[in-house]
Amino acid sequence: MTSPLISVKDLTLRFKTDEGLVTAVNNVSFDIAPGEVLGLVGESGSGKSVTAKALMMLNADNSVYDPSSRITLRVDDQEIDVLSLKRPKDQMVIRGGSISMIFQEPMASFAPAISIGDQMVEQLLIHSDMNAVKAREISIEMLDRVGIPEPAQRFKQYAFEFSGGMRQRAMIAMALSTKPKLLIADEPTTALDVTIQAQVIDLMKDLVEDFHMSILFITHDLGVIAQTADRVAVMYLGNLVETGTVRQVINTPAHPYTRGLLNSLPKLNDLEAPLTPVPGDIPSPLDRPPGCVFHTRCPEYIGDVCKTQIPGYSKDSANHEVSCHLATQGEQP
Amino acid sequence: MSNDVLIRANDLSVHFPLRGFMFGERPVVRACEGINIAIEKGSFFGLVGESGSGKTTLGRAMLKAAPISKGEVIYSDDEVTYNLATLEGPELKDYRKRSQLIFQDPYAALSPRMTVRDIIAEPLEVMRLTSSREETDARVREIAAMCRLNLEHLRRFPHAFSGGQRQRISIARALVSGPRFIVADESVAALDVSIQADVLNLLNKIQADSGITFLFISHDLSVIAHTCDFVAVMYLGQIVESAPTRKLFSETFHPYTRALLSAIPSLDPDVRGHAQRLEGEIPSPINPPPGCRFNTRCPHAQERCRSEVPEWREMSSKHHVACHFAEELA
Repeated sequence: MTSPLISVKDLTLRFKTDEGLVTAVNNVSFDIAPGEVLGLVGESGSGKSVTAKALMMLNADNSVYDPSSRITLRVDDQEIDVLSLKRPKDQMVIRGGSISMIFQEPMASFAPAISIGDQMVEQLLIHSDMNAVKAREISIEMLDRVGIPEPAQRFKQYAFEFSGGMRQRAMIAMALSTKPKLLIADEPTTALDVTIQAQVIDLMKDLVEDFHMSILFITHDLGVIAQTADRVAVMYLGNLVETGTVRQVINTPAHPYTRGLLNSLPKLNDLEAPLTPVPGDIPSPLDRPPGCVFHTRCPEYIGDVCKTQIPGYSKDSANHEVSCHLATQGEQP
Repeated sequence: MSNDVLIRANDLSVHFPLRGFMFGERPVVRACEGINIAIEKGSFFGLVGESGSGKTTLGRAMLKAAPISKGEVIYSDDEVTYNLATLEGPELKDYRKRSQLIFQDPYAALSPRMTVRDIIAEPLEVMRLTSSREETDARVREIAAMCRLNLEHLRRFPHAFSGGQRQRISIARALVSGPRFIVADESVAALDVSIQADVLNLLNKIQADSGITFLFISHDLSVIAHTCDFVAVMYLGQIVESAPTRKLFSETFHPYTRALLSAIPSLDPDVRGHAQRLEGEIPSPINPPPGCRFNTRCPHAQERCRSEVPEWREMSSKHHVACHFAEELA
């Protein structure tokens, strides 16, 4: 097996707030191999965006990383300890260098008073040693590659002159023009209509093959994950509850929360199936339940062990990892 | 006109004139154009379409909350019959009691300065539906229990509640005046999937228990498929296809409906990339394309589609479609 492009090990991240320390991400570990698309699924407040931002050190100043957290990036046989990069100048190795990010709301991500073209050129000038003419050429080429018609005219326009789908394409063009090794896509299709979402997903699948990059694809939509990801990691209240290949997680979910998510989704091929909501509400991150974080809503709750003991991770032979007492108990009959 | 239709739109158009042009004709946003729908009593009527298709405007016109430029909307229950296009004065006030709206964003829809009890009681007080405070309280408690709200929480403010709970408060507020007709505009779009199922089940239960007629607006065809018994598909201000849910999914006529269906990402990882993709994006409703409005994106568009507006015709019982080539494409 090739060594992973990026490994996240025991990532724990808290935020200092007026109400005290809020644990946003708790003991999260995962790897992304080169060329792999890892889907990160979870509901709002599950910590998926915070995890992704940690990879680029983009979290706000009130964030506190636990000393045992490690994020290691491997580029050209070199290992970079991401969390040790403190100065913005050093962080350029990751930001816009090896890692690019696209966001959910493309209107909010572009500066409204600078043309799309100028913004694309600016980042190329900062992150590479090319001159302005070459940067312009590459930017127009990228706009063309992501399927924007008349790229040379579009290059001069502003974000408000683009439609939602076009803006997201321009965002992707901009993120990829620096040739990153890892693209973080944070809910890139959530704000788009389904027909446009389908176009953007097709485009991203194409680009993965062309650029041979890895993607960390964050979404709450299991359908989008099923269509794009190679592997899936499911998050709940800051914890990773299940990791596996997309077929393992969607076809044979091992964690009660993943099963709950799948059962609450309306399915088009079975209109008779009742929608089963996950009971209760997500607890506030300020008072995280002790033991297994999901025990307050778990329909398969097996007793005190869930309430008092934090479940470890258990792996089956096919690397399908789950953090649940049900799974560990199954192993020792 | 059959008796079991609660509200019906006949050739309804909603236009919004734009400001700021010195010469020539003022441009007009044609948000809805020539809409014909009939919502049966006690049904759960789904309206689906992309953003900008005019589904919210249509929903509001049915509540007389958007200007009706042309055509008529006839509301008729067992007590009264109103034509919304000309409705005003005390009759309009009466219609407000009979129809209600549930909004999309439960975070924006509830006043942060009012307790849950006051939020739910406000319609009763404004419409003078109850005569004493005790009566109001009793009614609020009854509705809150129906929406599975904890009665001890009635004295709290909305900030203490999660999205799903807030949406249940919005639903309680809509129900409290005892309406016959409710427009639910993207009522689950802002919620997480695990909560979404809960709210959908609640709406279905209310509909089954009380017989309230719902117009359920959503961009998500799979949500509509699961909750509604009748579906209308909207594109750029027009309804392109409408049918009972089961019929629409077993036999789809309009190419846009088919594209919408295939654009929904499949949950099966082994079914990748078989979808039929639409090119381009929804055109502007200020200058809609001539002929069939879908012709600019339709994979089957021909010369006739660009010049001739397709007729709204019935393919089989209650299954209507507006496409020249519905038979050939089926």
